[in-house]
Amino acid sequence: MIPEPAVWAIILLPLGSLALIAFVIRPFFNRAARLSGYITILALLGSLALSGWALKSALGHEGPIGFTLHPWLTLGGPTSATGFTFRVGLLLDPLSAIMLVVVSGVSLMVQVYSQGYMRGDPGYSRYFAFMSLFTASMLGLVLARNLIMLYVFWELVGLCSYLLIGFWYHRPAAAAAAKKAFIVTRLGDFGFLLALLYLYFHRASFVAAGLDPFDIADLHRAVATGAIGGMVVTWLAVGVFAGAAGKSAQFPLHVWLPDAMEGPTPVSSLIHAATMVAAGVFLVARLYPVFVASQMAMNVVAVIGGFTALFAATMGLVMNDIKRVMAYSTVSQLGYMMLALGVGAPVAAIFHLFNHAFFKCLLFLGAGSVNHATGTFNMQFMGGLRRVQPWTYATVLVAGLSLAGIFPLSGFWSKDEVLVAAWRGGTAFSQVVFWLAMAAVFLTAFYAFRMMFLTFHGQFRGGVEAEQGGHASGEHRVHLAESPAVMVFPMVVLGIAAVVSGFLANPVVDLGPIPKHWFAEFLGGALGETHPQKTSLGVAVVSMLVALGGIGLAWAMYGTRVLSPQRVGRALRPLHTLLTQRYYMDHLYERAIVSRGFYKGACQALEKFDDNFVDRAVNMVGWFSRNTGHSVRRLQTGQVQLYGVGIVLGIIVILAVYLIGQ
Amino acid sequence: MEPLQRFLIVSAVLFATGLYGALSLRNVVVVLMGIELMFNGVNVAMVALSRYVVPATLAANPGSATDSALRTVLTGQVFAAFIITVAAAEVAVGLAIVLALYRSRETVDITDASSMKQ
Repeated sequence: MIPEPAVWAIILLPLGSLALIAFVIRPFFNRAARLSGYITILALLGSLALSGWALKSALGHEGPIGFTLHPWLTLGGPTSATGFTFRVGLLLDPLSAIMLVVVSGVSLMVQVYSQGYMRGDPGYSRYFAFMSLFTASMLGLVLARNLIMLYVFWELVGLCSYLLIGFWYHRPAAAAAAKKAFIVTRLGDFGFLLALLYLYFHRASFVAAGLDPFDIADLHRAVATGAIGGMVVTWLAVGVFAGAAGKSAQFPLHVWLPDAMEGPTPVSSLIHAATMVAAGVFLVARLYPVFVASQMAMNVVAVIGGFTALFAATMGLVMNDIKRVMAYSTVSQLGYMMLALGVGAPVAAIFHLFNHAFFKCLLFLGAGSVNHATGTFNMQFMGGLRRVQPWTYATVLVAGLSLAGIFPLSGFWSKDEVLVAAWRGGTAFSQVVFWLAMAAVFLTAFYAFRMMFLTFHGQFRGGVEAEQGGHASGEHRVHLAESPAVMVFPMVVLGIAAVVSGFLANPVVDLGPIPKHWFAEFLGGALGETHPQKTSLGVAVVSMLVALGGIGLAWAMYGTRVLSPQRVGRALRPLHTLLTQRYYMDHLYERAIVSRGFYKGACQALEKFDDNFVDRAVNMVGWFSRNTGHSVRRLQTGQVQLYGVGIVLGIIVILAVYLIGQ
Repeated sequence: MEPLQRFLIVSAVLFATGLYGALSLRNVVVVLMGIELMFNGVNVAMVALSRYVVPATLAANPGSATDSALRTVLTGQVFAAFIITVAAAEVAVGLAIVLALYRSRETVDITDASSMKQ
């Protein structure tokens, strides 16, 4: 059994790495910046080892392992009727144990890769400091037992994504993207905050039952025993889901994620795989009993998830930027996870999160590797890279097949579970989202292989030099070769994970030391899903065929060019324009809401108010004082006797008042 | 008419005469004289009240003081003595100001000394 200090150390190791880099390396040894990378990797190795220990402890333990609760903040005295004590503590259960391994493992791979990718960057130390904080925040979020503590780490994750997306802050696009990510996720976080406040106002019903409203385990108990129920639970769940939708880039708050590409590629990789976007899915899974108690909230989650899965996938079809294709793919896959949660299959959701973390991280690292060679992210100027980058090609191919859901790669297993859960959901909503998800399977396979064909097949189309008209600047240069070993190694590790993680984690038959369905059994108990999902051969075969159809269409259009993409694009011009313009959602937000609604509407109204009321009030005060002074000044004659008369009259008045008063 | 009333009437007449002189006449020296008259009016009132009112008030509370002590309560008289002293000092200062005023302005008209308004 893992002792409490060791669990704290999982968070504190990367936090210590941040402190060491920020307060020692950067001020004093900035010439030895490479130390920062080594420190981060060492800290994460420690975290990963401890996470493994934590997982082992959770496996051997029935139910969640609760650690000591530490009083943090006491309001109004602990004994008074209105007083309230906030407690913080750690909660280690199967869900957090699995998340710990995913987060620290993927983050470790990304840090190793960054050694190569970020080499020579002037902000090298800063980069690793932020990455350490990012990982520490996510690990803290996963381990938090208290919702307030979870919220603190939640916001820290948001802060780190801001810092890292805007890492190259001297580029205006990066600064704008960072701001956008921060503000859009903040809209969702506001819902989460309202949910927390709502919980605080309903604390009386918890206190009456001897429970702490912010303690996650107590919250589960309160829902189970009916201490809270009805609309309270629905509002609570919807508020929490708003926060989760912001972080996990669900419609209509998905717009920040594609723009987040402005950060360094390993950052995108980490954001998309393990840290930022996984937080939303994790939060819903964490409070899953609350969602289950409200069918309305479940339907909201399912429909938003299913819609996002399809909606984002359509936009992925037409993007030319390789990272944007993957960004929409992430939004779409997060939609799958949400819809799985919404149709009552949290195990499938977390299983998909687990597999997605590996293959999506790998896809991004592959995109970075391709960029390393060509200097561009625009797929129209790539092509033929499989000959010069065989390792990158092989690993990205594995990840792409996994993303498309091809047997027997990891994506197949988890996507299949999600589809089966929707198919068997039993409500009208789950039927609808099943067909949405099935359509998204086709589109996913298509855009994944469109990306593969455009990037790795055919002839090389000139890279950054062709893109910029023959004169590439010094920073980006075509350099057709395989990336250094330090970048290839993590990709191979993740590639192996993308192959085996699905089958080994949740095998359909007993595999020696790994029992059948152990992932579902292990996680199911913690999430209140006692009977594991049965696999459905029919759904699996159909989804495989649909995915193969998508790959086939991509091959026809971009591999052999039997179907000319230009002609298809022309034939479907209105649709094509709608998709390349991203459904005009960014236009709607930036032009209509921000520019017209906010700047022209709200800000101008406020400006008018400021001019007409606030400024005028200030001017009136000044005018009044000046004019009063003007008239009163005449009384100041300098004639002592006149003052004397004033004094006498004053005394008479006072005396008169006194006498009348008597 | 009681003796106290007579004293107070004299006091009031003195005070009012002084007040009128201080507020209405233009010669600074006469204004100072008016102020002196007001002081004296106050003095008369103090001594009279000390003589007639204070012993009566104390006598209304038997046991608060002995009979011999009652006859020697001289608070008002002491105040009057102080006022006379302070008034003398004040006149000295006042006349010095009058002299200074006369030297700089060649006038003792109080309405000409209006530079205080700046």
